[in-house]
Amino acid sequence: MPLDARELGRRLRERDRSAAPAVLNLIEDRSAAARGRAAALLAELSPAALGGEAPAHLVGITGPPGAGKSSLLSALVPTWRGAGRTVAVLAVDPSSKRSGGSLLGDRVRIEHDPKDDGILIRSTATGGRLGGLAAPTREAAHALAAAFDVVVVETVGVGQSETDVEEVCDTVAVVVQPGSGDTLQFLKAGIMEVPDVLVVTKADLGDVAERARRDLAQALTSLGAGSVPVVAASSVAPVSGIEELAAALDAHRDRIDVPATRLRARRLMALGDFVAEHGEVALRALGGRREAERFLCTLDPGLQAPALVSALRERASRERAPTS
Amino acid sequence: MGASKAGLGQTEKPPQGESRARLPERDRPWVMRTYAGHSTAKDSNALYRSNLEKGQTGLSVAFDLPTQTGYDPDHELSRGEVGKVGVSIAHKADMHALFDGIPLDAMNTSMTINATAAWLLALYMTVAEENGVERGSLQGTTQNDIIKEFLSRGTYAFPPEPSMRLIADTIAFTVDEVPKWNPVNICSYHLQEAGATPVQEIAYALSTAQAVLDGVRPRVPPEHFPRVFGRISFFVNAGIRFIEEHAKLRAMSALWEEFGRERYGVEDPKFLRMRYGVQVNSLGLTEAQPENNVIRIVLEALAVTMGRDARARALQLPAWNEALGLPRAWDQQWSLRIQQILAHETDLLEYADIFEGSHVMDALVEELTEGARAEMAAVADRGGAVAAVPYMKTQLVESHRARVGAVERGELKVVGKNVFTSAEPSPLQEGEDGGILTVDPDVEQGQIAAVQRWRSERDQAAVDAALGELAAAAADESSNVMPATLAAARAGATTGEWGATLRAVFGEYRAPTGVADAAPAPEDDALEELRDRVERVSEAIGRRIKILVGKPGLDGHSNGAEQIAIRARDAGMDVVYEGIRLTPVRIAATAVQEGVHVVGLSILSGSHRELIPDVLEELRAAGADVPVVVGGIIPRPDAEAMLAAGVSRVYTPKDFEVSRIMGDIVDLVAEHNGVGAHAA
Ligand SMILES: Nc1nc2c(ncn2[C@@H]2O[C@H](COP(=O)(O)OP(=O)(O)OP(=O)(O)O)[C@@H](O)[C@H]2O)c(=O)[nH]1
Ligand SMILES: [Mg+2]
Repeated sequence: MPLDARELGRRLRERDRSAAPAVLNLIEDRSAAARGRAAALLAELSPAALGGEAPAHLVGITGPPGAGKSSLLSALVPTWRGAGRTVAVLAVDPSSKRSGGSLLGDRVRIEHDPKDDGILIRSTATGGRLGGLAAPTREAAHALAAAFDVVVVETVGVGQSETDVEEVCDTVAVVVQPGSGDTLQFLKAGIMEVPDVLVVTKADLGDVAERARRDLAQALTSLGAGSVPVVAASSVAPVSGIEELAAALDAHRDRIDVPATRLRARRLMALGDFVAEHGEVALRALGGRREAERFLCTLDPGLQAPALVSALRERASRERAPTS
Repeated sequence: MGASKAGLGQTEKPPQGESRARLPERDRPWVMRTYAGHSTAKDSNALYRSNLEKGQTGLSVAFDLPTQTGYDPDHELSRGEVGKVGVSIAHKADMHALFDGIPLDAMNTSMTINATAAWLLALYMTVAEENGVERGSLQGTTQNDIIKEFLSRGTYAFPPEPSMRLIADTIAFTVDEVPKWNPVNICSYHLQEAGATPVQEIAYALSTAQAVLDGVRPRVPPEHFPRVFGRISFFVNAGIRFIEEHAKLRAMSALWEEFGRERYGVEDPKFLRMRYGVQVNSLGLTEAQPENNVIRIVLEALAVTMGRDARARALQLPAWNEALGLPRAWDQQWSLRIQQILAHETDLLEYADIFEGSHVMDALVEELTEGARAEMAAVADRGGAVAAVPYMKTQLVESHRARVGAVERGELKVVGKNVFTSAEPSPLQEGEDGGILTVDPDVEQGQIAAVQRWRSERDQAAVDAALGELAAAAADESSNVMPATLAAARAGATTGEWGATLRAVFGEYRAPTGVADAAPAPEDDALEELRDRVERVSEAIGRRIKILVGKPGLDGHSNGAEQIAIRARDAGMDVVYEGIRLTPVRIAATAVQEGVHVVGLSILSGSHRELIPDVLEELRAAGADVPVVVGGIIPRPDAEAMLAAGVSRVYTPKDFEVSRIMGDIVDLVAEHNGVGAHAA
């Protein structure tokens, strides 16, 4: 017998973390029946049901392959746990284009105590969505935010493709390793948005790491973003920079207007889903991206992504009806 | 076709010393060993003595996995592994018992020990010392090659950099203090087991040797360096393609000499000669018609003995039943007899090098040498063997996949396995023991009690002080850990304490799995069909089929699990591969958190009897309703017990068709989720 979806949502809302795996199973389930139940579940976790935005800090950790994102989490997770905060990690890996399958390799890199129920790690595949987060991952992040203190989304991203993470998370840290100039070039060229925090990993390598840190800080200053912290960290012995990074992430969260950020995130997410589902033609029917965003801003701030997508769909079919 | 005059009959012997073919005097045989050890030190001592009585000329010590990875018998991860694949040695008294009555100054002892080599060498030296034997007279080998542990065997304990430093420390120490000792035995053996082609075997072993030598160079005075070069030895594999395998050894010897001259400026021919020991291939031994393995072993032994210019210094042969379980004393005796017949009955040792002047052999050697040079350059481009571990691992995983695929498709013929499979039942397996050795499960409890007693009876203050010194030496890059390690051994510290002290300083480590970067499988119809089934079942259950692949316990032989993980991905599943050294609690937690549809476990060390029920129990406790399949070297009665306990499927080496296993798993998931027939 399927678990009652509303009941699952309620349990998570009451911070019963043992409900989380079943919640994630349901959110990832793409069958029509499950979608209905997932919507009911998510309604239990909406800002209206929660009496405000979910309290968690949603942190995005993104950067090029092999930059050291998972290793960094190995060091960050105990720091958060040591401060009494519970942590959920959503680790996203690409799906193989040919087979649709994936090898989810982050979990093995994130050292953690399996007996600690204050940590949850869930690996997911992008499921073919180019350079971004699959819908279930975004829904999952928001659902887990009701029950965990920190929710991390780890994704591979270079250049533009981390925009999805930005939409989902309160704070995005871009992670680079010393010696790879790509991020620097992307920043300078304006291809990449300025992140909230920049991390240079493998600080144990010494001079190269320090040089990379300086170059990035300089590039940010010349872009007028000199206030963005650039943290050098080592995830292997001797571990360093982790406390500083945790503090920089918190400081960013303290600076932003969380409800406004989340609201904007939900709307952009809905638009992304809408385009993924119905294509650019449907977007044109709405009068283009900016017009669609403006329309979304007129809707009830309490609506969840699925409801927003429905609203977009209705409007698109209304707009299109007269011409067809 | 010119008929050979020598033919079958006796030819007339030319006078002594004048023959170009015959040696003036028969060569001395190689050192004959059997890789042996299990249960307690006392049991293994009895085994060694009886092996020596049967004519074995050296010892080869197999340690259990806790000893190899630096844990005491009462550590959580040791469960099910104590005394299994080798003997459990927790402190100096165990080492005393292991060599009781065996004169160490007259023995040549090879120890398959890597991450904890410095420690076991210190225990061995302590035993010698306490028995009044001079250090300088000790002869033997510590395997001490960590790179192949990262690549294949999995019994590493510390991250790469400090591991390499430990190796450098043991070399720098022994070259003066224990000059007849071989402090490292660079292994190409395990690379072949992990799938290496002959070219990869040569290239990766020599690249590893280079990394070791570069690491030790700054730690010894320059005038000693040629001697250091001369102390490096190799541990090589020999597979069934025995002509090519012989060529491999000639190529390797030539490259090694060139290496010594050109890269390190070594001139003394004595130091330039590649010295190597061999264990012939276990990978190719079959579970089906296991008696055929004896023939394979003989041919493989020929590969490394037939040419005088590239003949092994020491040889150990596996037993016919290694794909079935642990060999018994009789099985090992049979393998020793193969060596003795080759050395003493045949005329093998009477001739000069029989391949000298062979165009075919020369061309083959040339081919392999060129290939190896190119592959060594690829490793060097990636910063040398340590930095290139992920690259080499991925290459090995790919080669292994090609091999597994070729066997599966019947392109690579294995008699009794994929051709000529119809056979009489083997009488060798008829006995009550099923033809294998079973380790007494009470050994573990006994060893736990023994180590706890040991800890309570020793001078704790002395041990604490010694471990403090050890931590300080480890933290100081410029000091050598060997003296502090010896002091800790003398004071009565345990293997687990030595390991924990160094883990605290060096940190822990997980090696790359090589699976994430493995290229997608070549397309074929079977794979297409499998993908369709995965797709259909995934649609029906709402989520893409997700599988957890992992290895419980300390067993580090991950090749099989890796192949399953890659094939599952290529079949279209989402695969959580957690690698080696997982506790049952961790497996259960992962299964629940990840929401997997099926759990696949692999165990080759014989600890399945303890660990599989533990995993099932933890899964139940965690509320996970998920089917479990198990693969490994699992005797039939054990498999039946597992199925009865709730395991859904058990696969053994005779199930070589990975596609079939995958199809089976898809069916299992479909059935378990109530979407049976219409989907799958
Ligand atoms: N020296 C050093 N190596 C590191 C550090 N952090 C990570 N590494 C190494 O860098 C490699 C990649 O680390 P991961 O943490 O898996 O990187 P990732 O960004 O999560 O990789 P993907 O998820 O595959 O994109 C591993 O071999 C790590 O051991 C560090 O601080 N210092
Ligand atoms: Mg990662």
